[in-house]
Amino acid sequence: MGEKQKGRASILFKEPPVITAAASVVGKKEGEGPLGTCFDQVEMDSMLGKKTWEEAESELQTRAARMALKKSGLKKEDIRYYFGGDLLAQLIATSFGAMNLEFPLFGIYGACSTMGEAMGLGAMTVEGGFADHVMVAASSHFASAEKQFRFPLEYGNQRPYSATWTVTGCGNVILSKGSAAGKEAGTWKKDGGPLAKIAGITTGKIVDMNQKDSMNMGAAMAMAALDTILANFRDLGVDGTWYDKIITGDLGQVGKRLLLDYLLAAGHDIRERYMDCGIEIFDEETQDTHAGGSGCGCSASVLCGYVLPNIKAGKWKRVLFLPTGALLSTVSFNEGRSIPGIAHGVILEGI
Amino acid sequence: MEIDKKEYDEYVKTVTPTHSTWKNVGRAFLVGGGICLLGQVLTGLFLNWGMEKEEASAWTTLCLIAGSVILTGLNLYPRLVKFGGAGALVPITGFANSVVAPAIEYKAEGHVFGVGCKIFTIAGPVILFGIFASWALGLVSLIGRMMGF
Repeated sequence: MGEKQKGRASILFKEPPVITAAASVVGKKEGEGPLGTCFDQVEMDSMLGKKTWEEAESELQTRAARMALKKSGLKKEDIRYYFGGDLLAQLIATSFGAMNLEFPLFGIYGACSTMGEAMGLGAMTVEGGFADHVMVAASSHFASAEKQFRFPLEYGNQRPYSATWTVTGCGNVILSKGSAAGKEAGTWKKDGGPLAKIAGITTGKIVDMNQKDSMNMGAAMAMAALDTILANFRDLGVDGTWYDKIITGDLGQVGKRLLLDYLLAAGHDIRERYMDCGIEIFDEETQDTHAGGSGCGCSASVLCGYVLPNIKAGKWKRVLFLPTGALLSTVSFNEGRSIPGIAHGVILEGI
Repeated sequence: MEIDKKEYDEYVKTVTPTHSTWKNVGRAFLVGGGICLLGQVLTGLFLNWGMEKEEASAWTTLCLIAGSVILTGLNLYPRLVKFGGAGALVPITGFANSVVAPAIEYKAEGHVFGVGCKIFTIAGPVILFGIFASWALGLVSLIGRMMGF
């Protein structure tokens, strides 16, 4: 087994790729939330000046990409690959959003875990020497997701308390070569160096708990998060205390409770270092979002707007970032299949 | 770590918050009753204006549908349903909402494949099984009459 491979599902990089720049664009509701001031851009028009919800979501990706590029000081030609994903069928938000960017594209689907999956693949590509810089992004839009997975927006219905609110937003990070070579190439000079480095990853496997309630996705995904966290601890021979923060994507209130309780039963108490992007992004009391935020854009925008700046500032030295995904489609749901979950871990460290 | 799926399911049920049924029933009574009261007032009004009973109820239905369509277009009807639940969904106003909402949403996909194909995505089952149920009942009534009931 290669020296970078750890255990069954983890990797520790020898020359950890660095996150050179991060950009986030979110919608109005997210801008009104507790993290509102953290994001780079809050767009008040939910259509983003476009004609359809799908076009609007694509625009989120285009804008975030342009913003990250500008922040990094890199040229468009420096980006070798774009790893992007979203929730829409056939990945149309990514395809149309990346169209004008003209980067060689890898489109990725991991439901709401997409950011973790894309960062893992991007980091491997960079560390493997296949690219000096790659761009990684994930987006979601409340209206396009509702339209595809649930009901038209104007249709009246009652959401259960366990339901989550799809985040309108996109997060985009640029991963660059982490070695001295990267430093020399001038990628580290902007804004006093990179935000963080990607020390390693733990790729999640599909965990099916036979959950069938699409309005309770936290319950469908919580055990996938548990599985990846335990795999990470086992593969690297560490426990929760190795991290300053363990941050899941969008488990929401129900999923958080399940994850923490089962982790405790497995002998790991991570309560004081745990955070969920979906719970942080909205104020459930005043914003009527019920269990929390969800969608690819949830963990991606919170990563860029809140997590990475905290790592850069030295508040957290090592973070396990763990976007969680519920792998359902309207077809699999209507055909009575369960909702399997997946969670991809990314180990972020301060420089 | 092996987790028993049944045990997990039980635990999920205990930690998942649910709406209070009694609160929902009460609100549904208020909103549903309110819509029916409005209908009754309209019927009374039309009868007062000298309409026949059948004509008056047809106009009442039309008024309720128009009201729901306008509220849906203004995105206000979802708020009424959020509060009143089935009280706002079961009356004819809820049916109108379920037809108009897809019409607005899918307009972007064109008049034929968008609005045309998808306008009944929510109301479709109601129409299909409504027609089927009336056909089945008609059959029962026919057989009943043939047997001399």
